[in-house]
Amino acid sequence: MFALVDCNSFYASCERVFRPDLAGRPVVVLSNNDGCIVAGSAEAKALGVRTGMPLFEARDLIRKHRVAVFSSNYVLYGDLSRRVMASLATLVPAVEVYSIDEAFLDLSLMRPEELQPLGLALRERVGKWVGVPVCVGVAPTKTLAKLANHAAKTYPQTGGVLVLTDPRWRERLLARTPVSAVWGIGRRLGQRLNDMEIETALDLARADCCLIRKRFSVVQERVVRELNGESCLPLEARQEPRQQIIHSRSFGEPVASLAAVRQAVSDFAARAAESMRAEGLSAGAISVYLRTAPMGKPQQLFPDSARASLSPATVDTRVMVRHAVEMVEALWQAGYRYGKAGVMLTDLGPAGREQVTLFREDDSAEEGKALMQVMDTINRSGKGKVWLAGRGMNQSERCVWAMRRAHLSPAYTTRWADLPRAR
Amino acid sequence: MIALPFFTECVAAGFPSPAQGYMEAPLDLNQLCIGQQEATFLLRVEGDSMLDAGIFPDDILVVDRSLEPSHGDVVVASLNGEFTVKELRLRPQPMLMPRNPRYAAISLSDQEWELFGVVTFSLHAHRSVARSRR
Repeated sequence: MFALVDCNSFYASCERVFRPDLAGRPVVVLSNNDGCIVAGSAEAKALGVRTGMPLFEARDLIRKHRVAVFSSNYVLYGDLSRRVMASLATLVPAVEVYSIDEAFLDLSLMRPEELQPLGLALRERVGKWVGVPVCVGVAPTKTLAKLANHAAKTYPQTGGVLVLTDPRWRERLLARTPVSAVWGIGRRLGQRLNDMEIETALDLARADCCLIRKRFSVVQERVVRELNGESCLPLEARQEPRQQIIHSRSFGEPVASLAAVRQAVSDFAARAAESMRAEGLSAGAISVYLRTAPMGKPQQLFPDSARASLSPATVDTRVMVRHAVEMVEALWQAGYRYGKAGVMLTDLGPAGREQVTLFREDDSAEEGKALMQVMDTINRSGKGKVWLAGRGMNQSERCVWAMRRAHLSPAYTTRWADLPRAR
Repeated sequence: MIALPFFTECVAAGFPSPAQGYMEAPLDLNQLCIGQQEATFLLRVEGDSMLDAGIFPDDILVVDRSLEPSHGDVVVASLNGEFTVKELRLRPQPMLMPRNPRYAAISLSDQEWELFGVVTFSLHAHRSVARSRR
């Protein structure tokens, strides 16, 4: 038996936790660069605000209904997400963090009569402990748990918790679910299934497994089996070790100067290196990519990315920035306006794995390690910051490429200066 | 290429520390102040309504949302769209009591309010020591 716990309008709910004045008021959260709406509270959705809507289209609605607008604050959402997952883990033995606001839980040890009370307890716990409302769907398979969760959100009479174990109820729910809404199907596959006269999830559940496998693949066959209550997808609670660390951003406005892009990429490389060191890792390779932005629409240029291997693996920001800047200069094509850049660190492993050579010529690696430690200590102390000059010296210089986040809320839970206030 | 012998053992010089084998982890303030980590939030105090409870402006409150509030607890509640820190009285009627004679008690029976969490510690700096600046 599985549960899917999904936070209601997660980003908007996070913005409300430390803003009691926003209770009941419509809230929307904007994408990186404040371009369009990526999340809205139930009140905002009721006003007709849709995910993906450009901000300027929603302007009138926002003004008329006093909608609270926020830039995305991933620092806050990340911390509250961690708390949601940890709170769930106090009630069940295994949690699979499926996304920032969703988790699958293993309920195989529960007796059937315990499922409904547990669902309510999970909802209660996260709401009380973290302040974020969630809905819970419980079913014998992950695919059905996902559907049960959707129904729990859609139908208020469920009270936010739906245990879908009765086959008659399951059938009724499947019959009113369009096939494209099934987890793992989506719009395009849904279209092809519609052509085969499979319109609802129930049609798909009754379809011939072998035929589905032949026409599509074993993945869709599994969906059919899961819809019939046969569990094919186990809980994946073990976190895979980090494969890469990415730092990428859209620029605040299109950038046509090499110097500014160089600066941006130096900054991204330094930030990626910082979070890598915080996890005790070192990188064996670094990649850089650039995207152009003519008229606001990204257009691909080739080649748009490059990779350099770092040997031996390193923790040194200076080495990474040097490689990153070299790659930017090689990729750069004059006459284009760039809209986005990214840095990716790969071949990650525990720092210190890089083998010492007994008779190495220089001590630069050791020196680098020590220097980085000093830099990180200073930067974490909160007393001031040190950085490589290549990242740019001041705010006015950086604002050319820095992300637009005009409506950013405080990092209430992770910065001393941003703590919420009580009178 | 010359092969050199390489010994991985350490060579002990001097007398071993008499404390060896008696080591314990250093004391951790988080362990003392934070019960349910995922439900604990820190807030900054504004104003002087709780002076007599030893809570001063700029102090940091450790608030545990997992606890059930009881009569006499110091709590953070949201009232009129703001967080407020007060003493919770459940008898004879639910109210929020300031701990400063210059402030009036707030009755909870006739207005909308919500509990944010129970205050377990308040941290008051007697002399600022770096890191946790404002």
